[in-house]
Amino acid sequence: MSDEPRIITRRDILRGVGIAGAAAVTVPASLLSTPDAAAAEPAAAAAMQVPPRPGAPREAFENMTATEADLLEAMVDRLIPSDALGPGAKEARAAHYIDRALGGARSGSKAAYTAGLSALDRYARASRGKGFLELSAADKDSVLMDCESGTATPGIFAGSSGQFFSMVLNHTRQGMFGDPYYGGNANFVGWDLLGYPGVRTMVTAADQKAYEAGQLKPNHKSAYDYDGFNKAVAANHTHTEEMAHGD
Amino acid sequence: MATRLKDTDVVVIGLGAAGGVAVLPLAQAGLEVIGLEAGGAMTRRDFAPDEIRNNVRGWPMLASHKTNQEAPTVRATASANAVQGGHPMMNAIGGTSLHYWAQHWRLNPWDFKVVSDTKRRYGASRIPKGSTVEDWPFGYDELEQYYDKIEYEVGVSGQAGNVNGKINPLGNPFEGPRKRDYPMPPLRWTAFHEKMAGAAKGLGWHPFPGPAAINSRTYQNRSGCMYHGFCSTGGCHVDAKNSTAVTTIPRAQATGHFKAVTGATVTSINVDGQGRASGVTYLNNGEEFFQPAKVVLLAGFTYENSRLLLLSKSSAFPKGLSNNHGQVGRHYFSHHQGAPVTALFPFNVGAWYGLPAQGVAIDDFGDDNFDHKDVDFIGGCTLWAMSDRRPIGAAGMNTFGLAPGWGSQWKAFIKENADRSHSSYNQKTTLPYEDNFLDLDPVVKDPLGLPVIRITGEFKENERKIAEYSQNKMEQWYRAAGAIQVTKAPTGGLMGASTHAYGGTRMGDNPETNVVDRWGMSHEVPNLGVLGGSVMGTSGARNPTHTVQALSWRTAEHVVQNWKTLVPNRSQQ
Repeated sequence: MSDEPRIITRRDILRGVGIAGAAAVTVPASLLSTPDAAAAEPAAAAAMQVPPRPGAPREAFENMTATEADLLEAMVDRLIPSDALGPGAKEARAAHYIDRALGGARSGSKAAYTAGLSALDRYARASRGKGFLELSAADKDSVLMDCESGTATPGIFAGSSGQFFSMVLNHTRQGMFGDPYYGGNANFVGWDLLGYPGVRTMVTAADQKAYEAGQLKPNHKSAYDYDGFNKAVAANHTHTEEMAHGD
Repeated sequence: MATRLKDTDVVVIGLGAAGGVAVLPLAQAGLEVIGLEAGGAMTRRDFAPDEIRNNVRGWPMLASHKTNQEAPTVRATASANAVQGGHPMMNAIGGTSLHYWAQHWRLNPWDFKVVSDTKRRYGASRIPKGSTVEDWPFGYDELEQYYDKIEYEVGVSGQAGNVNGKINPLGNPFEGPRKRDYPMPPLRWTAFHEKMAGAAKGLGWHPFPGPAAINSRTYQNRSGCMYHGFCSTGGCHVDAKNSTAVTTIPRAQATGHFKAVTGATVTSINVDGQGRASGVTYLNNGEEFFQPAKVVLLAGFTYENSRLLLLSKSSAFPKGLSNNHGQVGRHYFSHHQGAPVTALFPFNVGAWYGLPAQGVAIDDFGDDNFDHKDVDFIGGCTLWAMSDRRPIGAAGMNTFGLAPGWGSQWKAFIKENADRSHSSYNQKTTLPYEDNFLDLDPVVKDPLGLPVIRITGEFKENERKIAEYSQNKMEQWYRAAGAIQVTKAPTGGLMGASTHAYGGTRMGDNPETNVVDRWGMSHEVPNLGVLGGSVMGTSGARNPTHTVQALSWRTAEHVVQNWKTLVPNRSQQ
C-alpha cells in the first residue's frame, strides 16, 4: 500500500467521505494546513474549483525541499506553459503530483530529482550567469533545450541531462493529464486541453455519436468519484515506466 | 519437508486463459480437479478506469510477484549477453485474460499446413533457411469444433465470414469454414471504423469487424461491453470481458469437483519410479506442499512451461522433465508486435471511447490469402484499425515533425490533434528457427534461487520482410482514408518477452522434434499434458488466445475420454 499516494484523498476529505476511516490513516499535516483543505466544509468544495490566488501561500511539498520545489515548479511551467490556450502544468499542480509520486510509486526516482534539479540550476548559472529561477522564459527554454539534447551534461549532470529531462517531461504529462486522484490535473485542466470528455463507466452508442458530433460535454469526474472501485492495489515494489499492453 | 496433500485426479498448474478453460470439461466429467494459481483473485471492484494505475504504473503486472521475480532474460543471438527485462503477463485467477485485449481469432487453415502448402504452391525452396517449421499433426477441420466450443462457452462476439462454405461478405471471407455463427454480433463500429472500412473497400479489400471475447450484448447473464475506454491493460468493471475468471472457472467451481488454490508457486513436477508424473511441489506462504495427482496439466505461460519442465530434473529425466529428446525450449518464437504505423488525420478519429478489440480487420494479406509468387517471404499480416486512447498516452503522441515535444507550440499541437492520430496494430506470421530458443539462464535466478528462463531470439529476414510489407499496406489504407501524415516505426530485430509467445513444448507426431503429441500429452510422460501457446508450432497472423483455449479444451476432453488408458492402475471416475 505504500505505493498508493493516498488512501484518503483531499477530495474525500472535502466531500466528508471516509472521515471515520481517516482516523486509521496518517493524513499529512501539510494536507490539512493548506488554505484549500483547512476549511473542510461544503463551502470549501467550491473554492477547490478555482486556481489558487496569486500570492496565496503554496501548499507544502512533502518529498522535496523548498528550493527543489521552486525549480520543479518553474520547470513544469515551461514544459506545459500557461498561455492564451489555457492553463498549463503549474495550474494542473503537476509538480505536486510528482512530489506525491516521489513519496510512493516513484520513490526510486527521488534521488534523480534531487540531483537533476540541482544540476539544472548549476547549469543555468554556469551557462547563463543566473540561477534557473531568475532567467527569462526564453532563457529557461534554451536551458531546457540543452538539457533535452544532452549538451548540458558534461561536468554538471551526473548521468545524462537528457534522461533527467525526459523523466520530468513524462511525469509532468502524468501530472497534467492523469486522474486528479493522484494530485495533478487540478480542475481537469489537462483533460479539457485535450478535449477528453472524461472518465465514464458507460458510453452508449448515442454517447459516441454525440461525442463524434462534438456534443458530449466533459463530465469532470475522477475514476474514484464513481462508487464501487477499490483504491488500494497490490503491493508495488518496482518502478516500471510505461508498460506494454497485454493483449 | 513438503506436506503431502490428499490425492487428486488432475492438478492444473496455472489458472489463466489455458488452465482456466481446461478445468471446466474436467470438472464437468466428474474428475476431482485442483488448480494451482500463483496469484490471487480479483473482482470488478479492482478494475477502476484509471490510466495511471493501469497503463503508467502497470498494476496488473506489478501485482504479480511471481512473473516479476522470474522475468526472462533476453538476447538476440547465442553470442550476445542476455539481459533481464520485464514480464508481460500477470498472475491471478484468470491470469492475463483479466486485462488482455481479448481479440479472439481462429487460425486460418493455412496455418496448420505451412510446410506442405508452401511446397505444393511455391516449392520447398520457399521455406526460409534455418526454419524448423512443421505442419501441425492435424488440420483446421479437427480444431473447428473446439473453436466453436470456446466461442459459445467463453463467449465470443464477431461476424462470421464462412458458414459451412457459404461466404458472407460482411465477415472474413478468408476464414476457414465454421459450422455456425458467433453467439453474439460483433462489437459496434464508430464513424471512424466505418470510414476505414469504406477506404478498404475502395482499395478492393475485404474489411470486417474483428472477433472478440467480449460481450457485445448480455451473455451468460453478464453485461455487454460499456466501451468506456479502459480495456487495454484494464480488467472489466462489468465483467463483459470474458476472462476465464468470470466464465469457465466459476462454472467449474459450481460442479463441486474443482478447487482453486491461490498463492501457489509451483517449483517442480515430480515423477515416480516408472517415469510417470506423480504430482507437483509448490510453495504457499513459504510452506512447501506436495500435491499428488494422477494427471498433471501444465498450463503456465510459454516461458513458465519450458522453465518448469527444465527445472523438474530427475534420474529418469536428467535434462528436465519430458526433455530426453532435447526439445523443451526449442521452436520458440513470438509475434512481431512492434513496427507500428502511425497516421495523422485532418479530423477527429473519435477514439477516446471504445476498446482495442473493436475495429476493422483486413485479412487479404494474411497467411497465403494472396499469391506470394512475386514477394520474397511466406506468411503475411492482418491489418487492424481499432479504438484505444487515453489522455496521458495521447499526450505522448507522435508530433510528425510538426511541433516540438513540449512548450506552447506543443500544447497548441496536442490541443488540435490529441484525437486525430491513429496507430495500427498488425499481426504478422513468425516462424520458428533453429537458433531461436528458450533455456535456463546460467546466471540470473529468482529469489528462490531457481534460474529464470532465457530467450535467445531475433526476427529473421522473412519476418522483417512481412513487417515492411504490412507497413506499406497500412500506409496505403491510412492514406486512402484521408491521413495527412504517416510514419513507420523501425522493423526491429530482437525478440523480447512477448504476450504472443509460442513454442518450447511444441505439439507434433514426431517425438524427435516435438514435446507433446497431437493431444497435447507429453511424448515421454504419458500422464503429463501441456496447455498454452507453448504447444503451437505456427502463429498465424492473428492473436493466439482463441487457439490456446480450443487446444486446452481438446486436451482436457482427451484426458476425460482416455482416463483409463492414461491412468491404468486406478481408473476411478
